[in-house]
Amino acid sequence: MTTLLYDGTFEGLFTAIFEVYEYKFQPAEIISIDQYKTESIFSDPHEVITNEVKANRVLQKLENNLGKKGVSQLLRVYLSENENAERLILSAVSLSLKFPKDPVLNNFANVDMMDIAKITKSISREVHRMHAFVRFEKLQDEVYFSKIEPDFNVLPLIISHFKNRYQDQKWMIYDLKRYYGIFYDLKDTQFFEPALEQTSQLKRTTNILHEEEMQYQKLWQRYFFKTNIPERKNLKLHVQSLPKRYWKYLTEKL
Amino acid sequence: MNFPRLQEKLEILADAAKYDVSCSSSGGNRKNTKGGLGDSHASGICHSYTEDGRCVSLLKILLTNHCIYDCAYCVSRKTNDIKRAAFTVEEVVDLTINFYRRNYIEGLFLSSGIFKDADTTMERLVRVAKKLRTEHKFNGYIHLKSIPGASDELMKEAGLYADRLSINLEIPTTAGLKLLAPEKSHDQMIKPMGFIKNELILYKEEKKLFKNVPKFAPAGQSTQMIVGATDETDLKIIKVADYFYQNYKLKRVYYSGYVPMLEDKRLPSIDSQVPMLRENRLYQADWLMRFYGFKADEILEKSNPFLDLEVDPKLAWALRNREQFPVNINTATKEMILRVPGIGRKSMYKILSARNFQKLNLGHLQKMGVATNRAKYFVEFEAQNIFNKYIDDFNFRKIILQGMKSKFQNPFSEQLTLF
Repeated sequence: MTTLLYDGTFEGLFTAIFEVYEYKFQPAEIISIDQYKTESIFSDPHEVITNEVKANRVLQKLENNLGKKGVSQLLRVYLSENENAERLILSAVSLSLKFPKDPVLNNFANVDMMDIAKITKSISREVHRMHAFVRFEKLQDEVYFSKIEPDFNVLPLIISHFKNRYQDQKWMIYDLKRYYGIFYDLKDTQFFEPALEQTSQLKRTTNILHEEEMQYQKLWQRYFFKTNIPERKNLKLHVQSLPKRYWKYLTEKL
Repeated sequence: MNFPRLQEKLEILADAAKYDVSCSSSGGNRKNTKGGLGDSHASGICHSYTEDGRCVSLLKILLTNHCIYDCAYCVSRKTNDIKRAAFTVEEVVDLTINFYRRNYIEGLFLSSGIFKDADTTMERLVRVAKKLRTEHKFNGYIHLKSIPGASDELMKEAGLYADRLSINLEIPTTAGLKLLAPEKSHDQMIKPMGFIKNELILYKEEKKLFKNVPKFAPAGQSTQMIVGATDETDLKIIKVADYFYQNYKLKRVYYSGYVPMLEDKRLPSIDSQVPMLRENRLYQADWLMRFYGFKADEILEKSNPFLDLEVDPKLAWALRNREQFPVNINTATKEMILRVPGIGRKSMYKILSARNFQKLNLGHLQKMGVATNRAKYFVEFEAQNIFNKYIDDFNFRKIILQGMKSKFQNPFSEQLTLF
C-alpha cells in the first residue's frame, strides 16, 4: 500500500489519482496533508505536487466516461468532507477506467458506489436546505447578509441559485464554520475570507442593520405564528422537516 | 409604511387564509429576467414549516376577509363575528417583495373573500399580480385563487401573470355543497376550470408556432376539497379527483381534513377530531393514481368504499391481490416493481439501474433504501426468499403489521408483552 499526500484541493486530489496510475501505486491511499499523522514510522509517503494538467486529464477522461453529471457527483463527494472521500473517489475512478462504457456510479449493488450515492444524496439535501433556510438581513449599506453553518462545505454549490434569484440586490452569504463567504456585487460573485478581527463583526450584525429590517422580521415572525393551525399540531413532523440545528439562523424561530 | 397597522392586517388575513391547503411552489418554469428579482424552481422550495408540520413556501394571505357569502365551513363567512380587514394592492406587493428579498418565501398565494361581486374581487387580485410582474420585474411564484363567477377576460389576464390558478371545489359532493354553501354550485366552479384548461391547450398549440407566446399559468391549475365536513365516502372523493385529473388537466387535487371551528348544526360537532389520518391516506391514494399507475377502481371497491386506516393503500391493494406476488426483482417490469409495498419510485429506478450490472438480492434492496420490512414478503430472487412462505398465511396482514411502525400508532395503546 502506497500513501499519497496531497494539498487538500480538488485539483490536488485528481493529480494524486493520476499519479496512482502513472507510478503504478495500486493499492494506494490518498490523504490530505493536514489529516496526515506521522505516527506510522514505516510508511514513506509519496508527496503529490498539484498539477493542473494531470488533474484535467483525469477529469476529462471521467467526463467522457460518466458525463458532466458524474464528475459533479464526485465533486460533491469531495465537498462532503467525508473521511472516506478520497478512497471513494479513487474507487469510482478505478471502476470507471475498468468499465469505461458503463455508468458505474449507478452500480448500486457495489458498496462504494452506494456510499457515493448516499453521500451525494445527503449533500444535495443540504444544498436544498440552504436554498430554503438562508435568511437574509438587510444591512445599512443595502447589502442582504446571511450567516450559515452547514454540515458540508456547500457554499460553492449554492452560488448559482442565489445569483439567478437575486440579480438586483447585493448579497453576501458567510459560512461561520469554514470562515469564508460569497459576495454578489450586482455583477459577479466572489469568494471572500475576512480578516480575523472582522469575523466577530460578521457574527453580530445587530448594530449595522437597516432601519426597517427589524420591522420586516417582526412581520415574518407574526405571519409564521398566525399561519399555524393549532388543532393540527404535530411537533414531531415539524422538527423532522425543520431540524433544530438550523433554528438559530431562522428569523421565524428566533 | 405604517408597520403596526400592516402587522394587524397581516395577522388577520394570514389567519383567515391558513385553511387553504395548497402552498406548493412547484411546477413553475419562470426564469429570472436580466436584472429582475426572482426565479422559479420546477421542484419548488419549502422555506419553513409551521408547528403543525405544514410547509411554508408562499406568503399565503387573503386580500380581504370581507365576504358576501355565508358558507357554513368558512371562518370568513358573513355571519361569523370576527375582525375584518383588507390589504391595499401596494401593501401586498410590498410584503411579497420584502419577504422574497430576505429568502423567506418562494412567492405569493393570494386568495380573497368575495366583496361586492366576483369581477371586482378578481380584478383586484389580478392587479396585485400585474404590479408584481410589470413594475417590480418579479419572477417568483404567484398562485391566484380564481373567484367563481369571474369573467373570462379577467381569468385570461390572471393566467398571464400567475403561475398557477385554482378554484376550490370545497365539498366533493353536490348534495354536500348545497347543504353547506347554498349560494355556491359546482357548475360555477367548473366553468372557469374549463376556460383555463382550454387556454392551456391553446397556449401549447401557439407555442409550437411562435417562439414568444406569453406564458399562461405555467404551473397549471389545482383545486381543493374539504374532507369530513359531510358524509362522503373516500371512493367518491377519489373518483371526483380522478375525474378532474382526466377532464380538466389539473396538476394537483388537495384534500383538507375538516378543522371544526364553527358551531353549526349542519357540521360535525366542534369537539370532533381533525381527520388527519384519513387525509393522509387520501394523499397516498392520490399519489398512487398520479405516479404509480393505479386506477381509482383498483384502490377502492364499491363494496368497501373507505380507505383502510391501518395500512397504506398500496399495501392494502397488495394484501387483496396476493396472487400477483411475489415479484421477481431481477426480471419484473417497472410497473410491477412499483406495485411492491415498500418500494417507491426512487428505489424502483435504482433497482432497474443496478440490475444491469448484476443479480440483486434482499441485502441490496435494503442498502438502496427500500422499506424491506414490508417489501421482503412480496419479492423473490434467483435464490430462495424465506419470507415468501408467509404470503398465503391466513394471518399475513398481522405478521406484516407487526414488522412496521406507523407514525400514527398510539404509543399507549400497544399491547404489553408479558415476557
